[in-house]
Amino acid sequence: MEGQAVKAGFDFLGIYGFFDGLMPESLDWLAFLVAGFILAFAIINALVVSTAVYTWFERRALGKFQSRLGPNRWGPFGLLQPIADVVKFMSKEDTVPDGADRQVFTLAPIVFVATGFLVFALIPLGSNDWLSRLNIGLVFIIAVTSVNTLAIFMAGWSSRNKYAMFGAMRGVAMLISYEVPMALAIAAVALASQSLSTYTVVTNQEVPFMLVMPLAFFIFVAAASAEMSRTPFDLIESESELGSGYHTEYSGMKFALFQLAEFMAPIIVSCIVATLFLSGWRGWGPIPGQVWFILKALVVLCALLWFRATWPRLRVDQIMEFAWKGLFPLSLLNLFAVATEIQLLRDPVTGALTDSDMWAMAAINWAITGIVFLAVSRMFARKQLQRPLPKPSPLANMGAEAE
Amino acid sequence: MLGEGTESSVITDVIFWVIAVGTIVAAIAVVQLRDLFRAALFLVVAFLGAAGMFVLLRAEFIAVVQVLIYVGAISVLIIFAIMTTREVEQGSPYNRLQVPALILAGLFLAGVIFVIFSTEWNVLDTAISGGRLADETATKASEVFAGTVPRIAGLLIREYVLAFEVASVVLLAAIIGALSLMRER
Repeated sequence: MEGQAVKAGFDFLGIYGFFDGLMPESLDWLAFLVAGFILAFAIINALVVSTAVYTWFERRALGKFQSRLGPNRWGPFGLLQPIADVVKFMSKEDTVPDGADRQVFTLAPIVFVATGFLVFALIPLGSNDWLSRLNIGLVFIIAVTSVNTLAIFMAGWSSRNKYAMFGAMRGVAMLISYEVPMALAIAAVALASQSLSTYTVVTNQEVPFMLVMPLAFFIFVAAASAEMSRTPFDLIESESELGSGYHTEYSGMKFALFQLAEFMAPIIVSCIVATLFLSGWRGWGPIPGQVWFILKALVVLCALLWFRATWPRLRVDQIMEFAWKGLFPLSLLNLFAVATEIQLLRDPVTGALTDSDMWAMAAINWAITGIVFLAVSRMFARKQLQRPLPKPSPLANMGAEAE
Repeated sequence: MLGEGTESSVITDVIFWVIAVGTIVAAIAVVQLRDLFRAALFLVVAFLGAAGMFVLLRAEFIAVVQVLIYVGAISVLIIFAIMTTREVEQGSPYNRLQVPALILAGLFLAGVIFVIFSTEWNVLDTAISGGRLADETATKASEVFAGTVPRIAGLLIREYVLAFEVASVVLLAAIIGALSLMRER
């Protein structure tokens, strides 16, 4: 970026430049402030509105998956349902449990939502529309998502409720475990695109990385859907066991914030997947990049919804096993394979990778992925067969003996 | 502050003072609060303040890694430790070592302040304005600041690779040690 003229797009510098031109020299700081506020306003509202629409879509689609109707009363096809939900949340009593840590209890949902907004600011929506020009975007995404665990801890601890505490403990254990394969998958992307900036990842992505490194793609999607803590990874709030996990005690707007963050997560994840693995805004023909980006993100969003609707919830031990014995070694293998291929294929002088290099990597990686999938599925299948038969409980015959 | 690239130094100064005061207040809260969980949360605030300082020094990579490691991992570890501690409710207990600890901390602070003021820092701004740096060197230096990641990577993987690897082996040994201590016999 240094030195060359950057065309002003919809980003902080563009907005700042616009206001800086309007205002006298002494009011620089005001332009700075206004630009920051406009940017924050744009990000927050774009996300909140799209989340509102998405909640409707998800509930309708889940209804279809489960042979029921879903919300259909308010407006055509139930489209006004999100508004009704918000009115309901706002009019509910805002309760704080006795003996709860009031300030931390209030802060937790705010921290939880804020991390989502921060990540979204880094996603390049078009070749010239990206909100934050950070040259270490990928590390930033990993770092900010790791703050989520703290928010869950705060919610669980401050509610002074055993179910909330259990949910938070489970959640933190799961989130920490799945961060590792997610970060390793992102590291493979950073290697192949030779950059840590989300923008350069897209510009260097002549061939979508989903084709170049399918293993990283699958690992990332699996780990990210765990990070979202939705079914099949929703043991954080498994209703049948824990009330509703870390937000058992929350009501009113605070609960609405948790819901917002939870429904926002798939949107953000699908945007990240579209950026990192589906070559972001790049596309063909006269269709503008923004449309391509939204299309790709929508496809990923529907796939995530499909996962949610199809798979049952996993047990705690199964989830940890999947992270540490399944995804973690696979992500190491993937990183090693990608690094080796890049070392062998790249131009020895400039270090650049051409399109044909990428396609060669794709061929090798698809072969590796196929072998690995076969091996892993066979391993897990054998394990299924060797599972010991459940022993009858010693209490099972008590009634019969009494007779 | 580094003049080039930062549009207005007044803003950076204001941000610097906000972060500095916030970090110190949070650090005092960590030591003073009776509620251990809140103390841990203030520790997170202090870590975030340090990350903000790194951003002001244009070391974005270090700032983000600070958030990743200290906020995302270390503080979670600390909170886990607090939760598995018995009698958390009673808060952090005091003992008779308060005065010696105060003296030691004061000495340490004095030492750090002495080192800060006696070191001749190679600040780019003053170096350029004082004519100690040629223009060519100055442009090179600002290029380094523009992309700190490749430079850090080069140092870690090439020059200090042995220290880097030794650190990771030590961490691995610590993990194995912790596991073997915790294993049921």
